[in-house]
Amino acid sequence: MVDYSYTLLIPLIPFVFFLLIGLTGHKMKPIVSGLIGTIGLGIVAILSYVTAIRYFFTDHVAGTGFKSLKALEVTWLHLTDKLTINLGILLDPISVMMLVVITTVSLMVHIYSIGYMKGERGYHRFFAFLSLFSFSMLGLVLATNIFQMYMFWELVGVSSFLLIGFYYEKPSAVAASKKAFIVTRFADLGFLIGILMLSFNTGTFDFQILTSSTGPAILHAGGAAFMGLSVLTWSLIFIFMGGAGKSAMFPLHIWLPDAMEGPTPVSALIHAATMVVAGVYLVARLFPVYALGAPDALTVVAWVGGFSSLFAAIIACTQTDIKRVLAYSTMSQIGYMMLALGVSGYGGHDGLGFMASNFHLFTHAMFKALLFLGAGAVIHAVHSNDMTDMGSLRKYLPITHLTFLIACITIAGVPPFSGFFSKDEIMVAAWHHNKILFGIEFLVAGLTAFYMFRLYYSIFWGKQTHYHHKPHEAPFVMTIPLMILAFGAMFAGFLPFHALVTSDGLPFEAHIDWSIAIPSVLVGLVGIAIATIMYMKVSVIPDNVAHAFGKTYRWAYRKFYMDEVYLFVTKKIIFKLISDPVAWFDRHIVDGFMNLIARVVEKTSYLIKGLQSGRLQQYGFVFVTGAIALVLLFVYLW
Amino acid sequence: MTGTIPLQYFLIISTLMFFIGIYGFLTRKNLITMLMSIELILNSVNINFVAFNRYLYPQNLQGHFFTLIIIAIAAAEAAVAIAIIINIYRNFRSIDVDRVDEMKF
Amino acid sequence: MFYILAAMILIFSVLTVTSRKILRAAVYLLFVLISTAAIYFMLEYTFLAAVQLTVYAGGIVVLIIFSVLLTSHISEKAIMADVKQSLLSALAVGAGAILTLLTILKFTFIPSSAPAQPSKVADVGNALISYGRDGFALPFEVISVLLLAALIGAIIVARKEKDGIVLNKK
Repeated sequence: MVDYSYTLLIPLIPFVFFLLIGLTGHKMKPIVSGLIGTIGLGIVAILSYVTAIRYFFTDHVAGTGFKSLKALEVTWLHLTDKLTINLGILLDPISVMMLVVITTVSLMVHIYSIGYMKGERGYHRFFAFLSLFSFSMLGLVLATNIFQMYMFWELVGVSSFLLIGFYYEKPSAVAASKKAFIVTRFADLGFLIGILMLSFNTGTFDFQILTSSTGPAILHAGGAAFMGLSVLTWSLIFIFMGGAGKSAMFPLHIWLPDAMEGPTPVSALIHAATMVVAGVYLVARLFPVYALGAPDALTVVAWVGGFSSLFAAIIACTQTDIKRVLAYSTMSQIGYMMLALGVSGYGGHDGLGFMASNFHLFTHAMFKALLFLGAGAVIHAVHSNDMTDMGSLRKYLPITHLTFLIACITIAGVPPFSGFFSKDEIMVAAWHHNKILFGIEFLVAGLTAFYMFRLYYSIFWGKQTHYHHKPHEAPFVMTIPLMILAFGAMFAGFLPFHALVTSDGLPFEAHIDWSIAIPSVLVGLVGIAIATIMYMKVSVIPDNVAHAFGKTYRWAYRKFYMDEVYLFVTKKIIFKLISDPVAWFDRHIVDGFMNLIARVVEKTSYLIKGLQSGRLQQYGFVFVTGAIALVLLFVYLW
Repeated sequence: MTGTIPLQYFLIISTLMFFIGIYGFLTRKNLITMLMSIELILNSVNINFVAFNRYLYPQNLQGHFFTLIIIAIAAAEAAVAIAIIINIYRNFRSIDVDRVDEMKF
Repeated sequence: MFYILAAMILIFSVLTVTSRKILRAAVYLLFVLISTAAIYFMLEYTFLAAVQLTVYAGGIVVLIIFSVLLTSHISEKAIMADVKQSLLSALAVGAGAILTLLTILKFTFIPSSAPAQPSKVADVGNALISYGRDGFALPFEVISVLLLAALIGAIIVARKEKDGIVLNKK
């Protein structure tokens, strides 16, 4: 077995740098802390590439599949003889792929942030938190057992909280970070229940044992236990609930648009490319259990994903804040990934959905990060988030314009950019499984192209806005990551994922099914065309269309009132019916009991106090009476 | 004398005197009358000792001497007590026992 | 003879604790002490009786009368305790008395028929300074130390306030 123990450095270096920058960053010049963070990530990125090349190419024996291997493992908590919680590093196709994704995007974001965050107070704090996040996410993907993954899951949540609330003096940012943390924490409740159920029934936390087809999970998939679904299915559904929270699937998506309060590099790193795909990664990690042991859970996954992608796409068509549009776009694309996993089978060509999901995760990370960083450059130039304040920026921001356009074409699924390849595979997998889901995704593809180009035209074409000061192109340090990511977005489609990342580790043949590819490309082009007509030049068509849709438009604009529903449920129902009585109980009965004890003691002491009256004869009386009583007791009654 | 009067008669006398003395201690208001009650108590104990000595151990004189000692102690104690009472009188202008209750809570 | 003495003791002690006038109480105390001395005479402890008369009746009662004169008016009527206090004390005392009497009377004392030790003054004096088997030298010394201490203590406590030396806080 080849030695991969150096991979311990991959999560460890960002952690060390987090401590370093966090504790000493205020003493050095800001840019020094930024450079330190970037260098750290650079080292980690190089290590990840080396690992990927070794794992997939140089150390791989041709003809055999890719096996998961544990680079390191230590026992951390010894619960019983058979059950322990370990910490370790697991390398298999999806984790190595994620390593590449995370470190690349994180490195790009680091470089970008050196320029973007210049002049901000708390510059070094930003880089410290970025390193913390990188550490958490890397630990998450490298986890050997589900409990370790849960620990890093929570850490990722914390990092997200810290980064969304980076501008902690802004109340909206604080509220958004709280919302994100609470919603994902609530989802993690489901995750924990799922973990406990799963480990209780299978006796292990370890992924290798859980996912092995001869292991306790799949072998004892169990008969129907509760409401027609086996215990395994229920536990996997609960685990998916945790993943749905982190990945902003309906109905736990409400935190993602608000999370745009954080700085744009944060949105690029966490809420586009890495953290939000943690849910997808979770399902992919447990995929053998899902596919072989509990196919009903996969149905849930597929439908939730499909519905979320449609839901988000509709809302994205109406929003005017460019970051919000991108946030809903993220939600929609993750819906794609979830759907792809949901329609997938296991083994060989049946596992097409699995491969497609991971492929789309890979390409999406590239182009979504690119979109966010580009949006950041635009915001940096115009000092506003709202697309109604922008227009005709292509003259002022040439590089941003070009890279943004490349990303939009990619997400619309136009060949030969990478988006086409990954989306096409998903479409094929959906077609073979469930035509309705295919139909939903087909529609969403068109909507995606439409709203992305709506966004593009509103920023770079459209009206001639007068700017207070001439917008200037972003500095070199910010455009370099844009160009690198654009390169990746264009050419990543040619990676042979079907040979590298598959459901059972064995490669399979995949061709482009033109009977599905052509219609999906066409629907994308139709979306682009409609957007061009409506938005390339200033016209009244958009307003007319909005009026035509009437109430539907208004509902979509208001995000289908989901936030209001949540507020209603929490404030009127939970607070009033549960929290208030509990608070009353705590204040009056628990505290009251303590106060009662104190009062009783006080009264008793007041009574006893009277014995010390200072009056001699009272003392004498007590003395005599006491002596008589004692004599009586000991002489007669003993 | 030992033949005609039983020992118990002496003991009854001394017991009654003892408890009368305690009653006086608990009831009297004047400090000096309290002191007098204490003398009664001590005296009763003396009678007890002497009676026991006479009736139970006539060949020894231990009860006799103990009584002697007690008389001496009673004298010393009365002297000190009077000194204290005089001091109290100087400070409080009264020797009512209810007035000297400063050592209370 | 004994019965007269017994009656005297009891009546006078009751009068001591219940009399309203202080001086009368002191005199009643004197009578009690004299009766006690008579009992000692009756039991043939002559030296003890003499000491009782001298120290107790002569010394202590005189001391008490002096202090009475020093601290209050002669004919001042003493305040008696209120009903509740008297009742409670009487109750406690009564209970105690009954308890003790019961205990004493139940026990059978066996009077010894050994010959009585004479208590002539010479013998008493010898016993007081001898440290052999029947010697009481040690209690004698102890009591002398105690008397010394009491002497000094009483002087210190009853001293009048001098300039510069604060005896008590007013």
